[in-house]
Amino acid sequence: MKHRSTYVFLSGVLIALGAGWAGFPYAIYESRPQPVDFSHKVHTGAGGMKCDDCHQLRPDGTFAGIPRLEKCAGCHAAAMGSTAEEKQFIDGYVTPKREVAWSVYARQPGNVYFPHGAHVKQAGLSCERCHGKHGQTETLRPYQEDRISGYSRDIWRGLTMGDCVACHEQHGIGQQGCLDCHK
Amino acid sequence: MTGKRYGMSIDIDRCTGCGACMVACAVENNVPPAPEGATDRKGITWMRVFPVDNGRDGPDRKSVFVPMLCQQCGQDAPCVSVCPQQAVQVDPATGIVGQMPERCLGCRYCMAACPYHARYFNWWDPAWPAGMEKTLNPNVAPRMRGVVEKCNFCHGRWHAAKERAVGRGAREIDPADYVPACVEACPTAAIRFGDLNDPRSPVAQAAQQSGSFRLLEKLGTEPKIYYHSAREWVREIGRAPAGKEQVHG
Ligand code: HEC
Ligand code: HEC
Ligand code: HEC
Ligand code: HEC
Ligand code: HEC
Repeated sequence: MKHRSTYVFLSGVLIALGAGWAGFPYAIYESRPQPVDFSHKVHTGAGGMKCDDCHQLRPDGTFAGIPRLEKCAGCHAAAMGSTAEEKQFIDGYVTPKREVAWSVYARQPGNVYFPHGAHVKQAGLSCERCHGKHGQTETLRPYQEDRISGYSRDIWRGLTMGDCVACHEQHGIGQQGCLDCHK
Repeated sequence: MTGKRYGMSIDIDRCTGCGACMVACAVENNVPPAPEGATDRKGITWMRVFPVDNGRDGPDRKSVFVPMLCQQCGQDAPCVSVCPQQAVQVDPATGIVGQMPERCLGCRYCMAACPYHARYFNWWDPAWPAGMEKTLNPNVAPRMRGVVEKCNFCHGRWHAAKERAVGRGAREIDPADYVPACVEACPTAAIRFGDLNDPRSPVAQAAQQSGSFRLLEKLGTEPKIYYHSAREWVREIGRAPAGKEQVHG
């Protein structure tokens, strides 16, 4: 074998590259489960609630975001079904009146200003345009956080600065100032 | 949206030097209390009230208080032209001179260039006494060590006013919804705010009033803060600093 050492070297490079490629996301992102496995499908499915029963725009134009516990307690004061998720939710949060610390997949860095009203009410964009099919999901996937910056991995799945600007250009929004989206 | 040109009028004759504007500004904009070891030049005061006198002694001595903040230059703002990072931007929609901490590299060239000394450097990472971080304003992101900051006419309130307009289904904000914190806090209504392009706004009218002047007008930077005093010697200080200056607060 004339080139034996070359093959050994190249396969070493390939293995290291492959392992790095596959392992990098695990090394850089920390995964954690959501505190309660909330199912949008159960709540918004046939005859269920509408999105803005839980996610309203307030009269002052700000977005209420994820509903607080009192909203859930109206129905879940006592168990409505017999699932383990519901029991865990009632025992862990509703009865002791403890707010659920949801992790927001779409959460932007603290210096970003994002108004839902301009997009949903004024521009009439659908939730799916930015959040995908989250409103129909049955279980919650783990939340992934960048270990260094503390940012959500989902920013890179369609809500980076470049994505915001690209859509704004598509909609013919003229040159924006930095402070339009930053605070 | 029609172009706005936000400006401010400050009636020096009404200012009592109480400092309410300084406190309201710091609270609104998440400016942390100065850490131990901060000197007069290392603290951060987007709004700062200076006592100024006419330089005489005895019964001839007269003094006034002059609230100082970014003068929001409307023409060739020196901070914009010297910034190697393009971290200072004049928003064409509002005329507000905005500082982008995300982009600032901390060279402080702008601080040297600013004729009004209205820019401040973060010598420390912001820190609040335990518990106080819960009272931070969510509409304003705290800055980090190593960047420059300054007054931006309470830009967080501009965002909030626009959201309120969306809530009402309107395209234009209600001027009553956009009032910077210092204006709101001033107990003698010495500071007023509004769109200089709107001839009916109180600032546009104050700018035209006799006794109205701007600081260092001769530089040609067209500042959008209009001061007012009925006294000639006070108007004189707008042309060149006179007398001894002392720092207040
Ligand atoms: C019963 C109240 C309720 C209803 C109705 C509801 N949601 Fe939610 N929504 C929640 C809760 C609780 C969360 C937090 C847990 C999670 O991430 O799913 C949430 C989270 C979300 C998020 C996640 C934001 C993020 O990035 O983490 C989106 C998007 C969302 N909802 C969209 C919708 C849509 C679209 C509908 C209508 C089809 C809808 N929701 C109806 C309660 C509700
Ligand atoms: C209008 C009433 C109503 C409201 C409000 C409501 N739920 Fe439910 N929830 C239901 C019903 C009905 C079920 C289905 C029970 C079954 O048959 O198992 C359910 C099921 C659940 C379950 C177990 C099933 C699953 O996997 O999701 C959880 C957890 C839950 N809800 C959490 C919440 C939370 C958190 C909120 C507040 C954001 C909330 N619910 C608000 C009616 C409601
Ligand atoms: C133009 C893109 C876009 C559209 C359209 C959109 N969202 Fe969002 N949403 C975002 C972004 C970006 C965030 C993160 C905001 C932040 O961190 O400040 C977010 C955050 C959220 C959150 C979490 C808010 C919080 O602070 O707790 C919920 C819930 C949510 N969106 C639901 C919805 C619903 C329901 C709709 C449809 C009515 C919708 N979104 C439409 C981009 C969008
Ligand atoms: C799917 C397209 C889309 C995406 C993605 C999007 N936007 Fe927008 N955005 C719009 C449209 C359309 C408007 C104009 C709304 C109107 O005034 O009618 C708008 C308006 C805005 C405004 C208000 C501007 C003003 O002067 O009132 C801000 C701020 C904004 N977007 C920030 C963001 C940020 C930050 C992101 C990324 C996280 C983002 N947008 C992502 C479509 C989008
Ligand atoms: C249309 C909305 C929008 C505009 C306009 C905008 N940004 Fe951003 N910017 C974002 C969003 C959203 C993020 C966070 C996501 C990311 O890092 O891509 C961001 C992130 C950044 C970051 C990285 C910050 C960090 O903490 O990681 C910098 C730096 C930045 N912006 C600078 C600027 C400058 C300078 C301008 C003006 C020339 C500007 N941005 C204008 C939406 C915007």
